[in-house]
Parts: sequence; structure tokens; C-alpha cells
Amino acid sequence: MTTALRLLAALAAGLTFGLGLSLSGMLDPARVQGFLDVTGAFDGREAWDPTLAFVLGGAVSVAGLGYALARRLPRPAFAPAFDLPTNRRIDRPLIGGAALFGIGWGLSGLCPGPAVAALSTGALPVAVFVAAMLVGMMAHHRFAARA
Amino acid sequence: MNTYASGLAGGALIGLSVALLMLLNGRIAGISGLVAGLGRDRGLRRWVDTAFVAGLIAGPAVFALITGAWPTMRFVAGLPILVVAGLLVGFGTRLGSGCTSGHGVAGLARLSPRSLAAVLTFLGSGMLTVALLRALV
Repeated sequence: MTTALRLLAALAAGLTFGLGLSLSGMLDPARVQGFLDVTGAFDGREAWDPTLAFVLGGAVSVAGLGYALARRLPRPAFAPAFDLPTNRRIDRPLIGGAALFGIGWGLSGLCPGPAVAALSTGALPVAVFVAAMLVGMMAHHRFAARA
Repeated sequence: MNTYASGLAGGALIGLSVALLMLLNGRIAGISGLVAGLGRDRGLRRWVDTAFVAGLIAGPAVFALITGAWPTMRFVAGLPILVVAGLLVGFGTRLGSGCTSGHGVAGLARLSPRSLAAVLTFLGSGMLTVALLRALV
């Protein structure tokens, strides 16, 4: 019973995430890149697009309320325990990985959530990006196994 | 609805999803981690993460059913650049343990200094990349 509820909860959360991305405009690579294009505003070539800041602000606020509530609960509704990251170090893999991710994000206007969600649109560029992303993830898996 | 209002409302839905996954299943909704886990995890966890990703992919289709239109997508790069970008995003998000959802939404909502450092780094390198792109191309 709990297993079925857990599957259903994951499906509902995933669907809510995908609907939120769709409504927010963040599936649109031009809009995302427009947010990252801060120099465009300075030289007046094109207006800076602040939408991403509204999306992030709305998301962090609501998630923050949920997490504050979670801290008061002994355990999640359908699982034995909260599964939280324990690594608190700000180290070179964290910064180097985030820097590499930012380059790819800036080049394409795509990050993992919107890219995976947009697979349902059937757009070829999305499929190509996601395929390359999976290869990148597998490459890291090998790299990490050797290191 | 104007773009800022729909951005805020869409963001709130994303936040609701992140909150629900923690309150109900005890999991961080980090898309890069969940997707990478599909290839590695075994047993129930794999099924649960598959259910989340299936829901995520269904999202834009359900949005199209409700509103009568697919979300707008204007691509800014050709296929060769998208391959390079995809490789960087895949490798980078695993090395850095997260992306815009895991560090950006969930990490900031947990007030994690580690996630804040990651967010500032990928925002900075993303902005620098676009600035260079605009200057060179």
C-alpha cells in the first residue's frame, strides 16, 4: 500500500514539476538564455529577460515552506526516513562541475529539468541534447570510478 | 497572464513539487541526480524515480491538453553546439552534484551554503558564456 502511494506521489510530483516548467516559460531556451544575457542590457542590444528570477523566487519560497514543515515531522508520509545530502564541503568538484554545467547551460539555454520534460514535445534538438547529456553523465560515472 | 506572473506561478508549482517529494517520499527533487540514478539504482527506488521522470515528461503534454497549446520553445543553438552543451551539462551536473533544481531550488530552500556556492558558480559561468557568445558571434 505504502509502495503504491510512494509511486503515485512521485508521479504527481513529477507531473507538477513538468506543469510548472511549462507554465513558467522555462522550457523556452531563448528565454533562459535571455536571463543569462546580462551584457545585452548594458549595450542596449536587447532587453534583459528577468523571468527566470521570478521562477526561482516562486519555487524557492514554496519549497522553503515545505522544507520548514518537513523539519517538524519525524518522517515523510510514505517513506521510512528523509533522504538528505550529508556533504557540506564547498570543494573543487562542486565548483568545477557547476562551472562546466553553466557553460553548457549558457550555450544551449537548456538544463536537465526543462530538457527532460520537453522530450514529450518531440522536438529533435531536445532529444539530441538529452542524449548528449546522458553520455556526459555516463562519462562522469567512468571518470569517478577511476579517480 | 504576463510572463512575470506566469513565471512566478510556474515557479510556485515547481516549489510545490519539490515540497511534496520531500514531505511524502523524503527525497530531494534534483532532476540531474534522479535521471542519473535511473541507470544505477535497483529495486523500488528505481521505480519511484522512474515514476517521477515519467510525470515530468508528461507535464508539457498535459499542459498542452489543458491550455490548447504546447509551451513555446525557441532554440538558440544548432545541433553540434547542443551536443557539446549536453555533454557539459551531463558531466558538470554529476561532478557538481546537482543542477538548477537540486542546487537551485531544493538547495536554496534548505539554505545550504554548498548549494548557494554552486548556484552562484553556474549563474556566473552561464552569464560569462553568453557574454562571450554575444561578443564573438
